[in-house]
Amino acid sequence: MQTDTLTIDAVRDAIASKKTTATELAEAHYKRIAAEDTLIHSYLSLSRERALKKAAEIDTLVAKGDPLPPLAGVPIGIKDVLTMQGAPATAGSKILEGYRPPYDATCVARLEAAGAVLLGKLNCDEFAMGSSNENSAYGPVRNPRATDHVPGGSSGGSAAAVAAGFAVATLGTDTGGSIRQPAAFCGVTGLLPTYGRISRYGLIAFASSLDRVGPLTRSVKDAALLLETLAGHDTMDATSSHQPAPKYTAELAKPASGLRVGVPEEYFGEGLDPEIRAAIEKTISQLEAAGCTVKKVSLPHTRYAVPTYYVIATAEASSNLARFDGVRYGHRAKEATTLSAMYRKSRDEGFGTEVKRRILLGTYVLSAGYYDAYYRKAQQVRMLLTRDFLNAFAEVDVLVAPMTPMPAFKLGEKVDDPLEMYLADIYTVAASLAGICGISVPCGETKAGLPIGVQLLGPHFGEPVLLRAALAVEQAQQAGK
Amino acid sequence: MSNTENVSLEEVRRVAELSNLELTAEEEPRMQHDLNAVLGYIRQLNELDTSSVPPMAQVSEVLGGQVEASAAALRDDVLRASLDRAPVMASAPDANDSFFKVPRVIER
Repeated sequence: MQTDTLTIDAVRDAIASKKTTATELAEAHYKRIAAEDTLIHSYLSLSRERALKKAAEIDTLVAKGDPLPPLAGVPIGIKDVLTMQGAPATAGSKILEGYRPPYDATCVARLEAAGAVLLGKLNCDEFAMGSSNENSAYGPVRNPRATDHVPGGSSGGSAAAVAAGFAVATLGTDTGGSIRQPAAFCGVTGLLPTYGRISRYGLIAFASSLDRVGPLTRSVKDAALLLETLAGHDTMDATSSHQPAPKYTAELAKPASGLRVGVPEEYFGEGLDPEIRAAIEKTISQLEAAGCTVKKVSLPHTRYAVPTYYVIATAEASSNLARFDGVRYGHRAKEATTLSAMYRKSRDEGFGTEVKRRILLGTYVLSAGYYDAYYRKAQQVRMLLTRDFLNAFAEVDVLVAPMTPMPAFKLGEKVDDPLEMYLADIYTVAASLAGICGISVPCGETKAGLPIGVQLLGPHFGEPVLLRAALAVEQAQQAGK
Repeated sequence: MSNTENVSLEEVRRVAELSNLELTAEEEPRMQHDLNAVLGYIRQLNELDTSSVPPMAQVSEVLGGQVEASAAALRDDVLRASLDRAPVMASAPDANDSFFKVPRVIER
């Protein structure tokens, strides 16, 4: 079976009409993973037993003629920063090697309750810190569209698995672009829901005021379907919103015509690859042709987003990662004879270079004498960046911009220069800081065949309108093929 | 923050100690270089006058009525099941049924 073009609707239809079974579909994915993932390296572990048990349950429902749940038999992969009971949870780090958490993340439990078949855990940058997936302690992921290129990060395994046919959809997490950027690099759709829209219970925390869970899919409709399953308050996560979740797939039936689309001029400045610029401009004219009104807007503080992000994200990370101390789970250094030496040695052996760099930076900006100058300053600029968006959304419904300044770069190209790697996050981190929703949709490719993604941004809890605009982009793409 | 100050090796060691990290002799100068590069870049935030801007720690602060303020975020105070002890203790590097074991705490 061709697994690389299946959508959720196609899976449901094939299972409901008995053209295939959930078990056959899961096995077809495992077969493909066994044959091709040795090169791509998107999965860190497979949950075959749990997946086949769920698939058998779905097949029994079909045999009995019982109604099928919305994601019946859909093979889905999970980024390895989310917990699945009894399955390894490494967060891409040696410090968690061998750890098997005793509970399911809420998003994992909700997917399975909706009928999804969970195939396994996906590779990522260590503790989701990275833009290329080269910071995984278990080795990098390759981009299925060009295997000497990075898949993006930190949800590189999640994007690669969808692009390569190793899952129909996956869950990723986004703290500063980690769903949207790899989606753009691998040519798939990646949704960043509004902060608080999806529960984070069972997510290994990186930066708690920024971390979000979201889907990577082959279509906008699939993203809407997964959001519908995942959105909603969770008593286990006090930061999850009580806002009722609308039926997102029903919103997609409404036309995009009449939507007001804003083009933020600051996202089209120096450093933007000319082929990407051309693809985004073409997308904007397609939205206009679909009946949207287009106007220029300004987000004047955009250039301060990356420095603001790297203060706030590292400060929160330095605090969150204090829990990895070799006491309750994960790696403990063998030789240490005192408690304090055990902490230091366990963390030294367990954390990789980028994680140490960010812990040091975060500790520095929070330390006595520097707190006001760096951390408080960054929080104030975060407010300015957020006001930029609130002002823009007083005039327009969605914003359209490039997702990345350049297409997927080559493995090893940026690993020696952390600052250059951080600068690649220029179009992603402002939306993260503001807590608004966004989506990356494929909108073409470069002459060299590398995928290009367009970024759409919506206001807080503006997913219904965001998804409608995204569908218009997707339809224009398909019409143009 | 002045625009010229640099992080010394001594400060790198102090921050490593605060973070419970042990850096090797090779890591120290590399981290010093990287911290200075990134902090130098971060200092462009000084171009902005933020004297009248409130700090934003959480997204909920800008959402007004959209996200319930503190009271509604509190759950009812009722008993509910928590994780079983056995699998939690089994995850630890060294534990018995009730306690996590660690090396000597008092150092002399």
